[in-house]
Amino acid sequence: MHEMGVAEQLVKIALEAIPDDIQDPRVKILNLRIGKLAAVVEHSLTFCIEIITKDTPLEGVKLVIEEVPVTIRCLTCGKEWQADSPVFNCELCGDKAVEMLTGREIDITSMELAE
Amino acid sequence: MQINIQKRVLEKNETEADRNRAYFKDQKVFVLNMMSSPGSGKTETLCRTLARLMPQIQVGVIVGDICTTNDADRLAVTGAKVTQINTDQFGGDCHLAAHLIEASSRDLGIGDLDLLIVENIGNLVCPAEFDIGEDARAVVLSVTEGEDKPLKYPLMFQVADAAILNKVDLLPYLDFDASLAVENMKKVHPGMPVFEISAKTEQGIDPWIDWLKDKVTAKLG
Repeated sequence: MHEMGVAEQLVKIALEAIPDDIQDPRVKILNLRIGKLAAVVEHSLTFCIEIITKDTPLEGVKLVIEEVPVTIRCLTCGKEWQADSPVFNCELCGDKAVEMLTGREIDITSMELAE
Repeated sequence: MQINIQKRVLEKNETEADRNRAYFKDQKVFVLNMMSSPGSGKTETLCRTLARLMPQIQVGVIVGDICTTNDADRLAVTGAKVTQINTDQFGGDCHLAAHLIEASSRDLGIGDLDLLIVENIGNLVCPAEFDIGEDARAVVLSVTEGEDKPLKYPLMFQVADAAILNKVDLLPYLDFDASLAVENMKKVHPGMPVFEISAKTEQGIDPWIDWLKDKVTAKLG
């Protein structure tokens, strides 16, 4: 639901990363890493990006999204595992605190400019 | 040509949240971010909580709503200082972002407060994503919702430091399985304290008040 805000920040970061010496730059691809538990819907993000990049160097940009799995670490026994469903308790330690190591990322890693 | 960037997209919000956190520390105030779905009884829970805490603990409330000042009006009756953030007159943002919080806390006269409670916008998705510089987060779920809400909105229950299961006075009239709801919360966030309360009758409210008082005391000394 806040994909527009995410899209606006993405575009801002991408525009700032374009080198000054490039004439008429065109950004073809934005490479993103998005955690499985991050509240971002790919379809909505793509839709928002389409709308706000019109008449900018990012018009027509393609989002390439790498999904980051949720990994959990038990703070009691130290076990680490990948969680494929939203059940994060340690099978050995039960109702003990865990920490989420990955799965919340909303990162931009790189972009590709047209030659 | 490939350009390396490596940036967190919400970095701006995170920077502002860190600035808020430093400001709240400087002002010696504990900040609680309260979140829930719409209609879970968050405002009623707050009204009862404020009545128990005031005047020993001076509380201020920032109420986030897309429209209307109804919640702020209800809370003002308790004597706590209340200010309202409307994200948009005609249906705007789905969460409170960090930059909205500092100015509102100044308006409240934060120097006189021990505890600042931010009643976030009713939504189990977006508020979980946005750090506002709080010390603790609480999520309210009610027994008129589904037992599987924690599994449907795992991020919210994972980032919360405590959960309230509200409206338990209605359990005799519903098919809601409270123990299953609590079990689901603890699957998503093992070790999280869960308080089963009725804000209306104040059944079970004391352990929640004690938890909050302990948190405030631990920060302020």
